[in-house]
Amino acid sequence: MSSGYHIVVCGSLVPDPLQVLEPVEGPDGPALENEMMIPAVLDPWAAHALYEAAHLAARTEGSRVWLVSIGPRARLQQLMMSIAQKVPFELVAADGPASGFTDARETAAALADLIESIDGLDRSRALIFGGRSSASRDAGVTMGMVGERLGVTDQFLAVDKLTVEDDGRLQIMERIEGGRYLVSVCQGPPLVCAWSTGELPEPPNNPQVGMQNMRTIMPALQKAKPVQLDAEGLSYVTVEIPKGKRDTRIERNMGAEDIAREIVEWVRG
Amino acid sequence: MEKILYLTQVEPGGELSSFALEVLSGAGRLARDLGCELAVGLVGAKADVQAAADSVAGCGAAAFLAVTGDEFAVSRHATDAAAFEALARNAEATIVLAPGTSRAARAMPGVAERLNGRIDSHITGTAITDGRPEVERWFYRQRMMGRLTRSQRPWLWLVDSGVFDAWEGEAGGATLEALDVPLPELRTRVVGVESPAAEEQTIRPDAELLFVAGAGWTKKQADGSTHVKEAETIIHDFLETTGASLGSSKSLVDQAGEGQEVISFMSHMNQVGQTGSTPRHPKGLATCCHGEEPHVVGWRFIKERRAVNLDPGCGWAQGKADVLYVADAFEVMRRVNELLKQG
Ligand SMILES: Cc1cc2nc3c(=O)[nH]c(=O)nc-3n(C[C@H](O)[C@H](O)[C@H](O)COP(=O)(O)OP(=O)(O)OC[C@H]3O[C@@H](n4cnc5c(N)ncnc54)[C@H](O)[C@@H]3O)c2cc1C
Repeated sequence: MSSGYHIVVCGSLVPDPLQVLEPVEGPDGPALENEMMIPAVLDPWAAHALYEAAHLAARTEGSRVWLVSIGPRARLQQLMMSIAQKVPFELVAADGPASGFTDARETAAALADLIESIDGLDRSRALIFGGRSSASRDAGVTMGMVGERLGVTDQFLAVDKLTVEDDGRLQIMERIEGGRYLVSVCQGPPLVCAWSTGELPEPPNNPQVGMQNMRTIMPALQKAKPVQLDAEGLSYVTVEIPKGKRDTRIERNMGAEDIAREIVEWVRG
Repeated sequence: MEKILYLTQVEPGGELSSFALEVLSGAGRLARDLGCELAVGLVGAKADVQAAADSVAGCGAAAFLAVTGDEFAVSRHATDAAAFEALARNAEATIVLAPGTSRAARAMPGVAERLNGRIDSHITGTAITDGRPEVERWFYRQRMMGRLTRSQRPWLWLVDSGVFDAWEGEAGGATLEALDVPLPELRTRVVGVESPAAEEQTIRPDAELLFVAGAGWTKKQADGSTHVKEAETIIHDFLETTGASLGSSKSLVDQAGEGQEVISFMSHMNQVGQTGSTPRHPKGLATCCHGEEPHVVGWRFIKERRAVNLDPGCGWAQGKADVLYVADAFEVMRRVNELLKQG
């Protein structure tokens, strides 16, 4: 019997969090000013999912990891330059928008189609990973819809830990309200795990891994089919940066005693 | 004509959380403003659901629908999705509102897919323009606000907390219509909830104050040394006397993975910001945080904001906080603790 997990990680690019973003009205609805020029990173929670996937695959013989990404082809190529050396994966890509203003359901449909097209993916061994929400749309609904389209109804959201038990069952810890965890045990794959931070730091760059990944990345980018995400039926009335800059009182010369008194009064008030 | 369904799970004991009651009042208002019918859908153990329905009997709902049973009482995607789907279908709802709890947030996307509907989450406001409902939500992690509408139905709304005032009204005897929902295949067993011990529980969503600690607490200080244990004591004492909730910058919680000495009661769960949480509290006090943009988005829903930092150029000085005290947080917070203890 074949063993190991077939881990599919859904994740794409988002603007580098340190960039200043300005919304503009584009031909197809809202967009970001200079969107194609803004330095991008792999969506942070999806990146955690990728590191967790690679870590699990490395410990479970026969496993494979695919990264499924929808984004403008040229930008995906740039993104790959920054993540290819992190962990081993095979890229599956489609050429389409990575904007926060696309509709989650259309994105989910396109992702599910891409996953279904993966050659060699054994769906009975599949762990469908992604981030708990993106740093662009920040909806937290895409993975649930991807799972549903693939017929996977064991789903977990905001996962920090996945442990393989001795009998092959999977224990999952999801973040819930009030700083607590919900602990569940699933019989095994297939399941959907939308990750929070997980437990692993960002791996250092490894040039060998990069070289190995590049063998699948370049053909995958060349093959990337265009996908149309029209946000049909969705209309934006306004998109704006909230004004409301605060008039900060800066106290440079106040003694610690006075500051402490003021803070205590404010806390109690 | 729209048909509104309000959906929520019921807490053990038959209570509806204040968050659930907030969204109920939002659903009621929407139905009134649109001049259409409201139905309430509840999921939980049988006795709990009846008690919950009775407690909101006066909310103006035309129907109270329920999915009950022990397996539906627990938080699990397969059962929650089956229950919510049945309720939405039965109510023939065109708009479904649910509080964006961890449970609804996990189940509702799949339900939207099953109903061939659309879903919006993290809704922070609603409006009606020319008879057309609109929702407000943030994009790019609290960095820009959008208002949008959709033509497709059903349209599922996961609403954030703090958007509406909690519903208050007459309790009574609600007539519950229980739906018969076959159990889906149960491949997942819920083990339970793991909470930190009460004294280590530093995340307190209902607290008046959010205290955010930054990496400065573990950095070398003026004397050339770090004082992590002292920082830990100061923060711990402050949380204990004020009941504040503890937040952290990313840098501070990341130090655990980097093998540095860390504040023991802090984890990634405390992190606020772009890749952390965006809690709601009336007040927030930031200490030793530089206040860069990915950090600042975590403060979006904090009303009054103050900060203590040695560096006047700290990000908070640029119009994000109400007051920035340029001072040593060790010295200030030590004294704050003393004053608080004096009563
Ligand atoms: C993809 C990505 C996602 C990110 N997500 C987040 C996020 O979710 N949340 C987040 O917070 N950050 C996030 N960041 C990181 C963010 O950009 C900042 O690097 C981080 O918030 C800085 O943390 P800090 O202010 O605690 O530490 P530092 O930048 O190290 O600042 C420490 C501060 O402490 C002050 N200080 C030192 N000693 C004292 C003292 N005795 N008294 C008073 N002040 C003192 C210093 O003046 C300094 O300003 C993210 C970054 C990236 C790239």
